Amino acid sequence: MEFNQLIQDAFNSLTQEQSEDTFFPIRQKAYENFQRQGIPTSKHEEWKYTRINSIVNNANAAFNFATPFKVTGIENIPALPFTQTALQLVFVDGVFYEELSMLNDTVEVCSMQQASVRYPDYIKKHAGHSSRYIKDGMQALNTAFAGNGLFVLVPKNTVLDAPIYIHHITRSVANQLFVQPRSLVVVEENAQVQLVEMYSNEGTQECFTNQVTEIAVYDQARMEYYKLQNQASHCHQVGTTHIQQVGKCFTHCVTITLSGGTVRNNLNLVLEAPHNEGHMYGLYLLDGQTHADNHTIVDNLAPDCFSNEFYKGIMDGKSNGVFNGKIFVRQIAQKTNAYQSNKNVLLSDTAQVNTKPQLEIFADDVKCSHGCTIGRLDDEAMFYLKARGIGDKKAKALLLHAFAEEIVEQVKPEELKKYIENLINERLEFGE
Amino acid sequence: MLQIKNLHAKIEDKQILNGINLTINAGEVHAIMGPNGSGKSTLANVLAGRSDYEVTAGEVLFKDKDLLSFSPEDRAREGMFLAFQYPVEIPGVSTTNFIKTAVNEIRKYQGEDPLDAVAFLKMMKEKMKLVNIDQSLLSRSLNEGFSGGEKKRNEIFQMAMLEPSLAILDETDSGLDIDALRIVANGVNTLRNENNAVLVVTHYQRLLDYIVPDYVHVLYKGRIVKSGTKELALELEANGYDFIKQNVGEIA
Ligand SMILES: Nc1ncnc2c1ncn2[C@@H]1O[C@H](COP(=O)(O)OP(=O)(O)O)[C@@H](O)[C@H]1O
Ligand SMILES: [Mg+2]
Repeated sequence: MEFNQLIQDAFNSLTQEQSEDTFFPIRQKAYENFQRQGIPTSKHEEWKYTRINSIVNNANAAFNFATPFKVTGIENIPALPFTQTALQLVFVDGVFYEELSMLNDTVEVCSMQQASVRYPDYIKKHAGHSSRYIKDGMQALNTAFAGNGLFVLVPKNTVLDAPIYIHHITRSVANQLFVQPRSLVVVEENAQVQLVEMYSNEGTQECFTNQVTEIAVYDQARMEYYKLQNQASHCHQVGTTHIQQVGKCFTHCVTITLSGGTVRNNLNLVLEAPHNEGHMYGLYLLDGQTHADNHTIVDNLAPDCFSNEFYKGIMDGKSNGVFNGKIFVRQIAQKTNAYQSNKNVLLSDTAQVNTKPQLEIFADDVKCSHGCTIGRLDDEAMFYLKARGIGDKKAKALLLHAFAEEIVEQVKPEELKKYIENLINERLEFGE
Repeated sequence: MLQIKNLHAKIEDKQILNGINLTINAGEVHAIMGPNGSGKSTLANVLAGRSDYEVTAGEVLFKDKDLLSFSPEDRAREGMFLAFQYPVEIPGVSTTNFIKTAVNEIRKYQGEDPLDAVAFLKMMKEKMKLVNIDQSLLSRSLNEGFSGGEKKRNEIFQMAMLEPSLAILDETDSGLDIDALRIVANGVNTLRNENNAVLVVTHYQRLLDYIVPDYVHVLYKGRIVKSGTKELALELEANGYDFIKQNVGEIA
C-alpha cells in the first residue's frame, strides 16, 4: 500500500481512539501540515543529499504504524550494557514504557499529558519549539503521531553522578515498523545531567524511527547529551534533538553514528541568554551502504555566546556522509564566538561526502570561523608506519583510530566512552 | 647482507637513480655522501619500499632475497630499518603504542610470541637510556611537536627497539647539536655488531667522526662516482664536492 495511505489509515484510527485527548487539536494540525508537505524529497532544500522517500515508498514497503499509546508482547527487553546509570528510560516501539524503566526519586518522569497539567508553563514554552526550526513533513509527522511522549524534569540543584539513559527498543521481527518517539527534558536551574540516547532493534524487517527530543536548559545548569547510533542496515532514522539554552548555561553534545541504513540527525542549539556556551561534536564512521546526514543549527539570539562545533567522518565502502552546519548570528547577538569544523576521510572510491557550512551573520562584532576538509589517509603517515613493520590493515586502523579519538574523547561518562571505543576497535579490527 | 645491482629509479617522469652498484656485508658501516639532490634519499626510500618511486631497472638482494618484491612492512620485518630524514608527525597515535605495535608485528612475522607489557617496558627502559630519550616524549603523539633533534633521537630509539640487521640513517645528523650528535652516534655504535650493518647517508663528514665508516661512497647524479675508505670523507670535507662534479663532468 502506498505510504500516504498507510498514514491516513493510521491517523483515522488514532482519531477514533484519541479525539478526546487534550493534544488532539495539535495532532490534527500537525497531520494537516504533514499532508501539505509530505515526505521530504531531494527537492526540499534541507534534504538534497538524503533520500528517505525511496525507503518509505519502496514497492516492498509495508510499514506497520505502531500504535503510539500501547505496546504489547513484551517479553525480553535487552538490558543496557552499563552499570553506572542514574535512570534508564525505555521506549518500546516508540512508546515510553514506564514499567520497564528504572526511575529514581530525584528526577521526575511522566507523560507529556501529565506534564501539561503539572507544568503547563514548560509545556507551553518548550513542547513543539523545534518546529520553528525544522519545517518538514517528518517533524509534522512526529507531532501528529507521538503518543503520550516522555517528560523528564531534572529539578533545581540536582546533580546526577551517572547518566540518564534513554533506550529505544524496536521490534521489527514479523513486520516492518515505523515508530515516532517524542520527549521533552527540562533541566532546571543549577542542575547537572548527562543524557544518553541509544537504539537497539530486534528483527530483520525494515524499521524507521522518526524521533523528536526537545531539551530546555535553565540558568547555571550543565547538560551533556550523547546519541549513539549503531544499528543494522535495515534500521533507518530521522531524529531531531532541539536544545533551548534558556538561561546562562553550558551544553555539550556528542553524536556518534557507527552504522545503520539511512540516518538523519538534526541537532539544534538555540542560545537564548547572554554568555551561553554550547559544544557539538560528531563522529560518523561509515561503511557498506550506510548514509549518515548531520544537520546542525546554532542560533545566536543573545550577545556574548560561545559555540564550538567539530564533526569528523570516515567513509568506506559505498557509504555516504553529509554534514550541514548552519550558524545564525542575530543582530542583537554582538560578541558572538562561533566555531565550526568538519573533517572527512574517504577510504574508498565509492564512498562520498557532502559538506556545507552556512553562516548567516547579522551582527557586526562577531568572531566566526568554519572550515572543512575531505581527504584520504595520509600516505606519508602510512609509509612511516609500514616502514616500521606495521601491516596495511593495522596501520590504517592506527590512523583511523587516532582520527576518531579526537571526538570519542569528548564522551565524558567513562563507561560509555569505553563501550564506544570497543565498538570502534571491533569495527577497525584493531584487536591484538 | 645487501647487494644493489645496477639500480635505476624514477619518480613521475624524472629519472633519479642511474645505475647504483653497492654491496654491504654484515659487520660493515658504509657512508653515502653527495651534494643535495644527488639521490641519496631516493636510494634510501627505494630500499625501504616507498611506492612513489618506480624502479626501472636493476635488482636488490637483501639476505639473498629479492628485496624489491617485498612490501615495505615485510622489508622492515626482514630486518631493514630506515631512519627518516623527515620523520612524520602522526597526531593521536602514541609513540609507545606505535613502537609496541611495530615490535610485536615484527616478532609475529619472525615466529616469536608478542612481548608482554612487562617485558616490553623493560626493553623500553634499557633502550631509552641508550639514546637518552625521555619517558614524557614517548607518551606523546608520535613526533607531534617534537623538535628536530627529538625526532632524530626518536628514530634512533625506534632502531634500538626494532634491532634491525640493516639500518639506513638518512641525514640523521642534520639539525643535531654536537651533544645530540654524540648521543645518536653512541646509540648506533652500541648496537653495532658482526651480524648487522649500517648505511649512513649524510652530506657532512661531521657524523663520520663519531660513526666511523669502513667505506665511503660518493653519490652524484644518481650514480656512485667514487668509493673509498674513510679518508675519502676527509678529502671531500677539504675540497668540497666541486672537484667531484668536475671529474664527473668529464666522464658524462
Ligand atoms: N617526490 C618527488 N617528486 C619529484 N622530484 C623529486 C621527488 N623527490 C625527490 N625528487 C628529486 O629527485 C632528486 C634527488 O632527490 P633526493 O633523493 O631527495 O636527493 P638527496 O637526498 O641526495 O638530497 C632531486 O632533484 C629532487 O628534486
Ligand atoms: Mg636527502
